[in-house]
Amino acid sequence: MVKNKENSEDLDFWATNSEEGGWNISSTDEGSQKMNDEESEQQIKIQTGSDVVDDYFIEEETSEDERMIVNMGPQHPSTHGVLRLQVELEGEAVRRVKPIIGYLHTGMEKTGEELTYLQGPTNTTRMDYLSPFFNELVFSLTTEKLLDIEVPARAETIRILMTELNRVSSHLVALATGGMDIGALSMMIFGFRERELVLNFFEKTTGLRMNHNYIRPGGVAADLPDNWQKDVKEILKIIPEKLKDYDEMLLDNPIWQGRLQNVGIITPEECLAYGITGPSLRASGQGWDLRKMQPYSGIEKFDFDVPVLQESDVFARWRIKVLEILESLKIVEQAMDNMPKGPYKIQDKKVTPPPRKRLDESMEALIHHFKIYTEGFKVPEGDAYVAVESPRGELGCYIVSDGSSKPFRMHVRGPSFCNLQALPIVMADSPIADAVAAIASLDPVIGDVDR
Amino acid sequence: MYSPDNIFTTTIDKAVRWSRTQSMWPVTFGLACCAIEMMAAGSAKYDLARYGMEVFRASPRQADLMIVAGRVSQKMAPVLRQVYDQMAEPKWVIAMGACSSTGGMFNNYALVQGVDHIVPVDIYVPGCPPGPQSLMHGILTLHDKIMAGEINR
Repeated sequence: MVKNKENSEDLDFWATNSEEGGWNISSTDEGSQKMNDEESEQQIKIQTGSDVVDDYFIEEETSEDERMIVNMGPQHPSTHGVLRLQVELEGEAVRRVKPIIGYLHTGMEKTGEELTYLQGPTNTTRMDYLSPFFNELVFSLTTEKLLDIEVPARAETIRILMTELNRVSSHLVALATGGMDIGALSMMIFGFRERELVLNFFEKTTGLRMNHNYIRPGGVAADLPDNWQKDVKEILKIIPEKLKDYDEMLLDNPIWQGRLQNVGIITPEECLAYGITGPSLRASGQGWDLRKMQPYSGIEKFDFDVPVLQESDVFARWRIKVLEILESLKIVEQAMDNMPKGPYKIQDKKVTPPPRKRLDESMEALIHHFKIYTEGFKVPEGDAYVAVESPRGELGCYIVSDGSSKPFRMHVRGPSFCNLQALPIVMADSPIADAVAAIASLDPVIGDVDR
Repeated sequence: MYSPDNIFTTTIDKAVRWSRTQSMWPVTFGLACCAIEMMAAGSAKYDLARYGMEVFRASPRQADLMIVAGRVSQKMAPVLRQVYDQMAEPKWVIAMGACSSTGGMFNNYALVQGVDHIVPVDIYVPGCPPGPQSLMHGILTLHDKIMAGEINR
């Protein structure tokens, strides 16, 4: 018996962090089959620092035999990547849920310490892979705050244009995969079809469909292509039409409504206690949007609304994404009409590399070019935190600089990571069939959770 | 209905190889950025259904092809190997993207430096992430490889 136990611990090393206390190791190779010891309500309150009522604990009268623990993931099509969930079932009802993350841990924050500030966006863009522009933007804004520089007006407006288009493409994927998870397969095809429109514009501008490395400290990497207004006008024309199709197909569909209304409710108090931001918070009646509250990149100059819904269920979280796409398109239209002329990079020789043709004419330019690409530019000592409103919520970047050309420490506050905390309260005491709908509505991107 | 007028002859090798290429079902093994491009390849514009490949199976037992789409962390590696072991023979692996091929830009403690450390890889698709066209080129190259290869692997 003792020998058997040792074996199982060896096998379990990969599956779970078995050194953690409170874990009961069973003798299968599927990882731990038991969850943490039940905690008292008081302990939970101490942990979360709140008075949120955690009503998802198992009632005393049910015996151990009636409960079953099911592992969902990490290889599961509905977990939006490689999320693993331990779900404790009592018949058909989900009683407790434990999300297990780390299956996509890439060590990006550590890699960020070995890349210069100019190379940094290459790394950060791969974190939340559905909203790459936001990751680049938040890293660039933080670096610029440390450098104490201001980018030209054209660069700022290009940044707004690209990030808001990125919000559209990201929400389209959220709608598409959300539809697919609940069984509306046509939604998946439609969502990805419209996303291609936006991605074509990204490819034309940045050279890549995803992971662009386009927004960099000091501005953007390249100017917009010729006749870019034509592509943006096409996007502005087609996407609202298609959104009407989605509404006809799903939002007005009684089956869809009956399936999602009053499912997976997060109350506003729970949102605040768990630090949930983004569409999930706004679907719970809290009008918190960093674009209005802490404007960045001159977004305060644009005229747009923040949609807020009161229902707090999966249906509201779905509907708010459609509304946010329309608001983002408003910003895109204004950015297109009022695009300032001028340079798209800061005219600071210490930050911006000289253009290629200057290298043949000027020794000084050649030296600057060489220095910036090999050594990088030095950033003054200090630390800075900047947050932007990514499609999933507050995306923040905290950089500590020791005066060299590489960050001493880079930390990213990922919205998906914080929103994922809500999964146990969203899924608890609901039928197992609603579990997938609840995950899809929170729209976690595992690249952003694990980094 | 049996009709004695319609006859064609072939070798069993050719028939087997042809049938293997024509409906190769991939297992859903989306890990990171590349998974989004893999989904885009299966959707409206690129439409993998043209090759009989739109059926991404959630169960490895029903799949022939594993497209490793994304970065493989040390924690994910045993899971990946288990999924591969559960697939029925004959089976193929495509390493999609720089990270699964070589570790990509992340040369650090967390990532497996190339999925070929864990499973045998047939096709490497370059790119970060490879576009749907690149993935389809990789798949077609795999088809060519199967058509040219032996039926007993």
